[in-house]
Amino acid sequence: MTAPVTPRPLDVGYRRIVLRIGPLHLPVRWRSVLVSLAITVAVLLLAVLSLGLGTYTVSPGGVLRVLLGGGDVMDRTVVLEWRLARTLAAIGMGALLAVAGALFQSATRNSLASPDILGLANGAFTGMLLTLVLVSTSWPALTLGALLGGIATAAIIWLLSLRGGIQGFRLIVVGIGVSAILASSNTWMLLQIELETALFASSWGTGSLNGVTAGPLLGATLCALPFLLAGGALAPRLRQIELGDDMAAASGVRPDRVRTIALVVGVALVAAATTVAGPVAFVSLAAPQIARRVARTPHLSLVLSGLVGAAVLLASDIVAQHVLPVTLPVGVVTVSVGGAYLVLMIILEIRRRA
Amino acid sequence: MPEIVTDEPRLRAERVTLSYDRTEIIRDVSVLIPPGSFTVIIGPNACGKSTLLRGLSRLLAPAGGQVVLDGRAIDSYPAKEVARRLGLLPQSAMAPDGITVADLVARGRYPHQNLLRQWSKADESAVREALAATGTADLAPRPVDALSGGQRQRVWVAMVLAQQTDLLLLDEPTTFLDVAHQVELMELFAELNAQGRTIVAVLHDLNHAARYASHIVAMRDGRILAEGSPADVITRERVEEVFGLANVVIPDPVTGGPLVVPLRGTSAQVRS
Repeated sequence: MTAPVTPRPLDVGYRRIVLRIGPLHLPVRWRSVLVSLAITVAVLLLAVLSLGLGTYTVSPGGVLRVLLGGGDVMDRTVVLEWRLARTLAAIGMGALLAVAGALFQSATRNSLASPDILGLANGAFTGMLLTLVLVSTSWPALTLGALLGGIATAAIIWLLSLRGGIQGFRLIVVGIGVSAILASSNTWMLLQIELETALFASSWGTGSLNGVTAGPLLGATLCALPFLLAGGALAPRLRQIELGDDMAAASGVRPDRVRTIALVVGVALVAAATTVAGPVAFVSLAAPQIARRVARTPHLSLVLSGLVGAAVLLASDIVAQHVLPVTLPVGVVTVSVGGAYLVLMIILEIRRRA
Repeated sequence: MPEIVTDEPRLRAERVTLSYDRTEIIRDVSVLIPPGSFTVIIGPNACGKSTLLRGLSRLLAPAGGQVVLDGRAIDSYPAKEVARRLGLLPQSAMAPDGITVADLVARGRYPHQNLLRQWSKADESAVREALAATGTADLAPRPVDALSGGQRQRVWVAMVLAQQTDLLLLDEPTTFLDVAHQVELMELFAELNAQGRTIVAVLHDLNHAARYASHIVAMRDGRILAEGSPADVITRERVEEVFGLANVVIPDPVTGGPLVVPLRGTSAQVRS
């Protein structure tokens, strides 16, 4: 009487597709796909704006012509040699910081436990300053110094908050304290060292993309790539950890091991970003949460977080450069926007616990 | 699900000592889960029953002795392999904000997936079967936050079922539910047991233990005081010894099994 019934696909409560590419079978949310596309378009538009704006303005059409290999000589010089590194740095470092934030927040199940709140970026910067003063001014040495500084800071915070557990409020309070100590010691070091070195170093002091060049950017990107892949490989395990440590362990994940690896990967990503942009605050904290709310996912998606991070840092840098009559370090803008966000988050968190 | 024909016990603890931060909770305990049984662990608060369950499921590594799963020390298996043989519903499970029922149940498929293949036909049918078995198929698209306590607990059971293990360990699965939902859940476990799964549950309600268990393990102060069928373990003397509770045991008017009725007053002296 009736046609053979093909089983309805399981209704999971939202629209999704299962992406099948060779051996890859990945369920993907439609909303996440659309949000990713929208943010990608936004990043591209912001990039065109960022490449065109300045004392020598290039029209959007001009920017596109240059990027496609044409354009006049002056436009090419301005866009490719003066501005491209900075724009790419904003996109790339924004993404790295946001992915690091998502890893930290997932691993600790705490939306405030992000590397910038915990002072890891300040710690990475301390490592850089110490390297600069004591060892060498070469980029590989500085990168290593930043990494060691970040890891040492993470270890100190870990030890100080051991008793409260890394999911507790104690971690946040300890982190904010350590962060403040490091920030002031960074300032003190800048005041003590020779003027030229200090000028060189203080350009990152609050997080800045002024004077970014291609070399360090490329170095940081290459350093970060294996860690990004490692972060991606951790994602399914982190989703299990969201269910609680016991449930995660019962489903075949080793929570402590996964958490440690996630935090080390996060520290490495923050350190890489810090070598290029200095300790830029609040991108790690806010971007993953913004991504989660916009895409309405129950977990923190690394891809979406990275895209939002790129958009946030690029937009902040445009504001820092062009909106006020003086050029500001981008860190000042992210601190102002992020500070408001942090207050909001803490209020929501307190309300949730009450 | 592989049909287990052998009578070989699949899970046992051999003289295990389990401790948290050097505080010994369980010392030198051996226990054997009879295959195909509905084993219930009972005992007063802080007697170590949940700790024993954590030890049996490898959540807690023993300080001494070993847990043996399918003939091998449980800690010699890769973590995912254990999860394909043994499912556990802990007390502390938490649902991420906004997750839907189908998505939560699908997370039970983790031990069957790998980095590339994060969804397969087998995953989909396992999730469907788990939803159907727990009567939660209609809830699949709904957010877990919007469910009642009883529904939510059934969804968690569905998640563990989606793991497709024939050994199920449940840590106080009925606590915090009203009596109707408790009975509903106990009936579900009995049904899963009748379908061939071995179930080990930590329970507080003695009468649920008496009615549904085929095997009872009674614990006190980190030791096992008695083991056996409900009729053997649920006696007036045992209940008093284990819980310090003055009681009488009468035949359950529905099943004819033992039924514990506490006496009034706090003294452990039994007036009969």
